[in-house]
Amino acid sequence: MEGFIISITIFVLAVFIGFEIITKIPPTLHTPLMSGSNAISGISVVGALVAAGADQGELASYLGCGAVILATINVVGGFVVTNRMLSMFKRKS
Amino acid sequence: MQQNFINIAYLLASILFVLGVKGLTSPRTAVRGNLLGALGMLVAIVATLLDQHIVRFELILAGIVVGSFIGAVAAVRTPLTSMPELVALFNGFGGGASALVAATAVLTPEMIGSVPVLQWYTASVASAIIGAATLTGSLVAWAKLQGVLSMQPRGGFLQMLNFVCIAASIGLGVYYCYDPTALWAFWGLAAAAALYGVLFTAPVGGADMPVVIAILNSLSGLAAAATGFVFSNNVLIISGSLVGASGFILTEIMCRAMNRSLWDVLSGDLGQVGVGGPTDDEVYKGRVKSTSAEEAAMILESARSVTIVPGYGMAVAQAQHAVRDLANKLKAKGVKILYGIHPVAGRMPGHMNVLLAEADVPYDELFDMDQINPTFAQTDVVIVLGANDVVNPAARDETSSPIYGMPILDVDKAQTVIVIKRSLSPGFAGIPNRLFAADNSLMLYGDGEKIVRELIAAFDQ
Repeated sequence: MEGFIISITIFVLAVFIGFEIITKIPPTLHTPLMSGSNAISGISVVGALVAAGADQGELASYLGCGAVILATINVVGGFVVTNRMLSMFKRKS
Repeated sequence: MQQNFINIAYLLASILFVLGVKGLTSPRTAVRGNLLGALGMLVAIVATLLDQHIVRFELILAGIVVGSFIGAVAAVRTPLTSMPELVALFNGFGGGASALVAATAVLTPEMIGSVPVLQWYTASVASAIIGAATLTGSLVAWAKLQGVLSMQPRGGFLQMLNFVCIAASIGLGVYYCYDPTALWAFWGLAAAAALYGVLFTAPVGGADMPVVIAILNSLSGLAAAATGFVFSNNVLIISGSLVGASGFILTEIMCRAMNRSLWDVLSGDLGQVGVGGPTDDEVYKGRVKSTSAEEAAMILESARSVTIVPGYGMAVAQAQHAVRDLANKLKAKGVKILYGIHPVAGRMPGHMNVLLAEADVPYDELFDMDQINPTFAQTDVVIVLGANDVVNPAARDETSSPIYGMPILDVDKAQTVIVIKRSLSPGFAGIPNRLFAADNSLMLYGDGEKIVRELIAAFDQ
C-alpha cells in the first residue's frame, strides 16, 4: 500500500509539472510537441525490454519482442521526425 | 544495489525528459530540448539493460534493430503534409507496445516481486484497455487521414455499441482482477477495448481530426503511466503523466478553438451539418465578385500590409513554397507580410506552422489567432488560402449557424480580402461562407499552388 501511495504521489506531481510546462508552449510548436511527447511515451520500451529478455516463457518473450519493435519505432521515429521539424524553424536573419 | 543504480538512472532520464519538453517553449531552445529528451531515453534504455531479470539479448537486439530501421525510415521519408497521420500511427504503436507489455506482465506472475498483487493486475488491465483502444483508434485515424477510409458511421446504434464495448472491457477487467488465472477474460477485455478504439474514431470527420489525434496522444501517455504502476517503475509513471497531460491540454485547446465539447466530437455530432442559417443562394447570389491573377497582383502591389491566412487547402495543394515566394516578392516591394494561423487550421495543431517553416518562412512572421485578430482592422489586404469555416463571420453573430460561437479570424475587418479557392464549395461545416459575399471580398478561383504562381508571374509583367 505504501508503495502504491508513493507511486500516486509521483503521478500527481508529474501531472502538475506537465501542465505547468505545456501551457507555456506556443501554438506554433504544437505539432513538434505532439511528435516529441509521443516519442517520450515510447518509454514503454523499458517494460518491453524486460519482457523480451526475461526468458519467462515463449509467448511472453515474443510478445515482449513485438512490444520492443513497436516501442522502438515510436521512440526512434518520434525523435527523428521531431528533430526534422524543429530544425526548419528559423528566424528572419 | 543494482536496482538503486537503475532507479537513479531513471531519475536522470525523467529530469532530461522534463527539460526536453521545457525546451519546446521557444523555437530557439527546441532542437536542444528534443536532443535532451532523446538522451533521456537512451539513459533509460541502457539502465534497463542492466536489470538482473534480463538474460536473453537476441530478441531485444532484433526488436531494437527492426524498430529503429522502420522508425527512422518513416520519419525521414514522410512528407510534412502527412505529419498528422504519421504522428497518429506512432501514437498507436506506443499504445500497442504498452498493451503488449501488460500482456506479458499477466503471463509472467512469477515476476511480481515486491509490487502488491492487486496493483500488478489492476494496472495491467488498465494498460491493456487504454493501450489496445489507442492502437486501433490510431490505426483508424491514420486510415482516415490517408484517405483509405472515408466512411463516417453515426447514430444511436453506434453509440450504444460503443458503450457496450467499453462496459464489457471494464467488466471483464474487474472480473480478471478478481480471478487472475482466467486469462480468457484478459484477452477478452483487450479485444473489446480494441473494438471500442475503432468505434470511437470511426464517426469522426476530417476537420475534427486534430482533436482525436490530441486525445490519442494523451491516451498513449496514460497507457505508459499505467504500465509504470504495474512495475512501480517511476520513469514510466513520470513520462507517461507528462505525455498524458500534454495531450489533454492540446485536446482542450482544440475543443475550445472549435467551440465543440469533447463529447460532441467523439460522437460525431456536428450539430446538423449544413442545416441552420441561410442557404447557398441566399448568401451568394449576385454578391460574389471574382477577380483574376493580374488584378489581384495590382491590388497587392499597392498594399502596405498583407496578412496571409492559410488553411488545410494550402496543405492539400502543397502551396507553402509558392506562398513563401509570393511573400518574398511582396517584401522586396516594401510590403509588410504577416501570417495568421487559426488553432484548428489543418488536420493537426500547429500543422500550418510546420508547413510554412518547411518553406523557410521565418517563425517570427507566424502569429496565432489572439495575436493577429486585432491587426486586421489596419491590414490592407488579407489573402485567404484554403481556409473556410475559420474565417466565416457567421460564427460571430448568426445564432442559427452550426459554427456559432467558434472563435474565428476576423479577416473581414481588413480593407480587402482575396480568397483563393477552387470553387464556392462549402467547408467542413457544410454551410455557405458570408465572407465570400462580402463587399470587400474577391474570389480568385483556382488551385492554390498554380494561382499563387500566376500571381507571382503577374508581378513580372
